Amino acid sequence: MADPLKTADITGNAAADLTAAAPEAAVAELPPEVVAQSLGEYVRAYVARIRAGESGVLPVVMAMVAIVVVFQVISPNNVYLSPGNLVNLFQQSAVIMVLAMAEAFALVLGEIDLSIGFVGACGAAITVQLIQPATTNWPWPLAVVAGLLFCLVFGAIQGTLITRLHLPSFIVTLAGYLVANGLFLKILLFGPFSGYPNLIGQTDNLHFIYNLMWGTIDPVVSWIGAGVVVAALGGFIWFSDSRRRTSGLVAPPASLSLIKIGLIAVVAIVVVGICNLNRGVLIVQEGVPWVIPIVIAVLAAWTILLGRTKYGRYLYAIGGNPEAARRAGINLSVVRTTAFMLCSFTAGIALLLYASYLNGMSNNVQAGYYVLYAVAAAVIGGTSLMGGRGKPLHGVLGGLVIGAIYNGMYLLALSFEWQYIVTGLVLLAAIIIDAVSRRGSTSGSVSRV
Amino acid sequence: MTTAQVATEEPLLKIRELDKHFGPVQALYHVDLDIPPGQVTALCGDNGAGKTVLTKCIAGIYQIDHGQVSWEGHPVHIHNARDAARLGIETVYQDLALADNLDIVQNMFLGRERLRNGLLDEDSMERSAAETLSSLRVTTVRSIRQPVASLSGGQRQSVAVAKAVMWNSKLVLMDEPTAALGVVQTRMVLDLIRRLRDKGLAVMVISHNLNDVFEVADNIAVLYLGRMAVQDKASNFDRQSVVEYMTTGGLGRSSGRPAKDS
Repeated sequence: MADPLKTADITGNAAADLTAAAPEAAVAELPPEVVAQSLGEYVRAYVARIRAGESGVLPVVMAMVAIVVVFQVISPNNVYLSPGNLVNLFQQSAVIMVLAMAEAFALVLGEIDLSIGFVGACGAAITVQLIQPATTNWPWPLAVVAGLLFCLVFGAIQGTLITRLHLPSFIVTLAGYLVANGLFLKILLFGPFSGYPNLIGQTDNLHFIYNLMWGTIDPVVSWIGAGVVVAALGGFIWFSDSRRRTSGLVAPPASLSLIKIGLIAVVAIVVVGICNLNRGVLIVQEGVPWVIPIVIAVLAAWTILLGRTKYGRYLYAIGGNPEAARRAGINLSVVRTTAFMLCSFTAGIALLLYASYLNGMSNNVQAGYYVLYAVAAAVIGGTSLMGGRGKPLHGVLGGLVIGAIYNGMYLLALSFEWQYIVTGLVLLAAIIIDAVSRRGSTSGSVSRV
Repeated sequence: MTTAQVATEEPLLKIRELDKHFGPVQALYHVDLDIPPGQVTALCGDNGAGKTVLTKCIAGIYQIDHGQVSWEGHPVHIHNARDAARLGIETVYQDLALADNLDIVQNMFLGRERLRNGLLDEDSMERSAAETLSSLRVTTVRSIRQPVASLSGGQRQSVAVAKAVMWNSKLVLMDEPTAALGVVQTRMVLDLIRRLRDKGLAVMVISHNLNDVFEVADNIAVLYLGRMAVQDKASNFDRQSVVEYMTTGGLGRSSGRPAKDS
């Protein structure tokens, strides 16, 4: 007698569960800032999305915390979180960050560019060679332009082959990788330091390139600069959000805008604060390294290009649905070719920072697997390998994660064998995250798989 | 009856003796078609009858070999999709041509973004998109800033239609708008088609589904093996006769209706 009742109860529960799950699933598909009218709603929508597998930047932050805790505990003398090492970590990450922002142009299209490590290295080597006082002694602006121009041309050739001849980008850029690797070694051989052109010397040009990574900004100027950046960004966020709110457009609640601005301010204060601590061992060494504003400038420029211009919109459209883009009258060949040019160009900036970090160029430059770091960084940050989804900010966040691992392994003096293995595993983990997050969600590029 | 129609009202789009071939295959042969303004014209035909080819000729995707095309009484040549758009012809393809990763506003303005100081003017685009959607009474979407990937089939179709009518278009071509939809979603799209007509737009719907055809169409045109078998007011057809035109190109003996008179 109790049995049928029990069954009825179970089915009743099941039905209730099903109906309860449906609206939650619908909410989970939407970005929280699109549907939320208040902070409470935003938090609920965000939790629903995490449950549905759309976790946003949360895994990056969690991975970062885990990495920092582990390395802080196991690093010799707990040196990992010392100001000196943190600044060093920023500097090492900067190359990967900029390279990952470069790779974003290819990844958003659903393509990949394996060549950018050595293409950028060629550009940087050209710059370093041209400013050598013993030979050409070019002024640094001209030498930098020449190096970046090389990258643009190389990217244009690869992009043209990929778009006009419909060749797979994987193969074209793999060939480009080998060609650029050879060219790079050739370029190194010129001049008096055959094989090892460096930045040692007393000319302003050499100093300038060296300072890209090692130069620091006076602590007071650092604080003022950070204040100006936070005020400008915060003001922009606040005024554009509140204008949208008052004109009835889709906008986040005011409390959320304030939290965003607060987070930016906290990050700025922490970064500048750490950099302004004296990290010198024998002499006073303090201030924000030049490389941080350089990375922020690249991030700002490419965020505006991708997020707020027609060109960026077309890039995402092509990555999401090339046929829709074609029918909308978008010139696919031009957009895709220029994307590969911008990819190589940005890589030129990244490897110039690398040259500055190494105080010159040599065949020790591990540009080959820096590309893999860059791809992994972009994917860890949230960019999809399948195209249509990704932001420059993803490269910066992912680059910080990779840099944190790289730096930790360096402190532990892990051998090269282990570094290779860890690099491989990190790349694999990134791809698994990408695949799992796509399977868990309905948005983004899932329909193209 | 086709000629009677022409006499009473100048068609928006008039096609005469249109030929189109692909290599040795004659896809369309001497096709005549009138699309009157402010009405829904259904284009029927079996698979391979040439419906899609004819649509693409009108939309400027294909070039016609021979024939005359008049738009509002003036002869025109439609060389590409931009020419068609300039005349006011917009097409909603079966695959809808929406980018899943972009939101509704971004899709509606794709390729025709508004700029302010060289940057995208999101506020103005969002306002116009919202106006168009509400004028079509597309109200089921939660937010016009949600990515198209999160929409249902009917909502996607609505977005694609809204995208097509936003540009002062006069004729909307729809390729199998209800093919992939369920009952409720189909109803939503048919209502939308009626609303387009009420706004004074001409609509040409390609469809296999005779239920849908009889529900919304004012006129029916049937293609059979690349030829226009018949075009007439929907009230002069019944299901049986449309099926016969689609399958045999003419009315058989069993129907008892007069053969086509053009």
